[in-house]
Amino acid sequence: MTESKPTRDGFGEALVELGRKNPDVVVLSADLTSSTRANYFMEVFPERFFKMGVAEQDMIGTAAGFALMGKVPFACTFGIFATGKTWEQLRVSVCSMKLNVKLAGSHGGITVGADGATHQALEEITLMRALSNMTILIPCDYIEAKKATLAAYSFAGPVYLRLGKETVPIVTREDDPFEIGKANILREGSDLTIIACGIMVAEALRAADELEKKGIGIKVINLHTIKPIDNKTIIDAAKHTGAILTAEEHTVMGGLGGAVAEVVVRNYPVPMDIVGVNDTFGQSGKPHELVKLYNLTYENLIERVKLLIRRKQGFRSKY
Amino acid sequence: MNPRPNINFLKKEAISIRRDILIMLEQAGSGHPGGSLSCVELLIGLYYYKLRHNPKNPYLATRDRFILSKGHGCPCLYAVLARQGYFPKDEILTLRKVGSRLQGHPDKAFLPILETTSGSLGQGLSISNGIALAAKLDRLDIRVYCLLGDGELDEGQIWEAAMTSSHYKLDNVCAIVDYNKFQIDGSVKEVKNLEPLVKKWKAFNWHAIEIDGHNFKEIMDAYDELDRIEGKPTIIIAHTIKGKGVSFMENNLDWHGVAPKREHLDKALKELETEEKALKSEYDRI
Repeated sequence: MTESKPTRDGFGEALVELGRKNPDVVVLSADLTSSTRANYFMEVFPERFFKMGVAEQDMIGTAAGFALMGKVPFACTFGIFATGKTWEQLRVSVCSMKLNVKLAGSHGGITVGADGATHQALEEITLMRALSNMTILIPCDYIEAKKATLAAYSFAGPVYLRLGKETVPIVTREDDPFEIGKANILREGSDLTIIACGIMVAEALRAADELEKKGIGIKVINLHTIKPIDNKTIIDAAKHTGAILTAEEHTVMGGLGGAVAEVVVRNYPVPMDIVGVNDTFGQSGKPHELVKLYNLTYENLIERVKLLIRRKQGFRSKY
Repeated sequence: MNPRPNINFLKKEAISIRRDILIMLEQAGSGHPGGSLSCVELLIGLYYYKLRHNPKNPYLATRDRFILSKGHGCPCLYAVLARQGYFPKDEILTLRKVGSRLQGHPDKAFLPILETTSGSLGQGLSISNGIALAAKLDRLDIRVYCLLGDGELDEGQIWEAAMTSSHYKLDNVCAIVDYNKFQIDGSVKEVKNLEPLVKKWKAFNWHAIEIDGHNFKEIMDAYDELDRIEGKPTIIIAHTIKGKGVSFMENNLDWHGVAPKREHLDKALKELETEEKALKSEYDRI
């Protein structure tokens, strides 16, 4: 049994590591300090930790001010508040000046569970992709979350880090590379590529395992950086496997699937399908119930792979 | 403390800056005269007296910061910066033109000597707080001045930020309200009444000073009062006149966001010339 841990834990631990090495790191929190694991930093570096209260827009502006003074602020809250309440503050006060503000949004996706639709962020990728100069990182497990946090610090410019509340299986290793903008190929296959991020990476790997038993070879790409997107890896996958299925715990409108589709249609059109939350709000429930209800499971991926491979065969015979 | 500049000299500069504002807006063919003319004395009080800055070394870490939160007032800021030697004076004629560093609203990506990009209202005070907190962390003795519009105070983020400034006892933050009593949809009183404004800021634990925002003595007194305030941010509520200095623009909402045409410009420049002459004869008498 693989070990499972939430990505927010990796973020919290990496923040402390960053704080130890770098006196320019400051952390701001909009009243969700324990939930985002910003409390790990607060406990060690109280003088560099700033409680902003339930005031997300003010938190972003304050972070921008810190960045203008050469600090590297990490602003922490739930993903939906981090990106939704603050979108225009991020646009003008952060992205337009390319300020070195790092935004950590925990509780991304439907797996937030019982808190229900208001707290389940399903739109952050879409919202953040529209902002010029924004970089979007979505680690798939605890280990990658640590690496993404460290990489966000070293990267000059605004970064959005999408983190999850629930435990997810650890599918990467400590010595796997993590480079912003460079997707990781987790396994090779020639029949179809699944490009996934976040919790869907583990589902994609499981689907690939199952399909392999039936003689279907699936290439799995962990697209941990949605923006800037890794054009080359996606185009290569389109060329070599001829079909692409994307998988995200996020709305299908303009998220990972949209980003990949833009690359595919512009460069090497092949049949594609997008798995995600189908333009609807979530609801309360246990995470494992919700992922089933909203079709974010490896079982659904297997079904969609089969349909897509049929389309690919039709596509090939036509052209 | 800096020696205070001669008030007659400042008045003369105010006339020149008003002239620059009107000329650049006429050239641009669009922009905001009303709210640019109302903050002329407030900016002069900073750049000619209180603000610790050096046009020859605009990125000095120890400089005071000026944040123009009401970004639409940028013609005034551009005119002041040009006269202070931050960029060639002729450049003001490029306002709002393609490729210009002087964007319609202040844009740091185009003009890096600006402290911030602004124009979307409500965001400058939070940024000022971040700068002030970072300065305290680094034990850097600087002050952040933030100019707010009165209509801008409708924005919720301003009040979030107002709570942050006082909660963190940011006595290195000074916000100034250009209280010219008008916003786009009408008088402030009619659109969304701000009163009792001084009481509001006091209730938010700010030190509040109320002044005539066109009176240089009151402006400099208020800026000097900041040196004596500890443990609290300060708000200067400056009563001003929208369109100040041009008779047909004063308190006239039509001039919020419309640039003067040639004939308006000529008329306005004539008025400023008359004012300048009166000032000179007054000066000669003394």
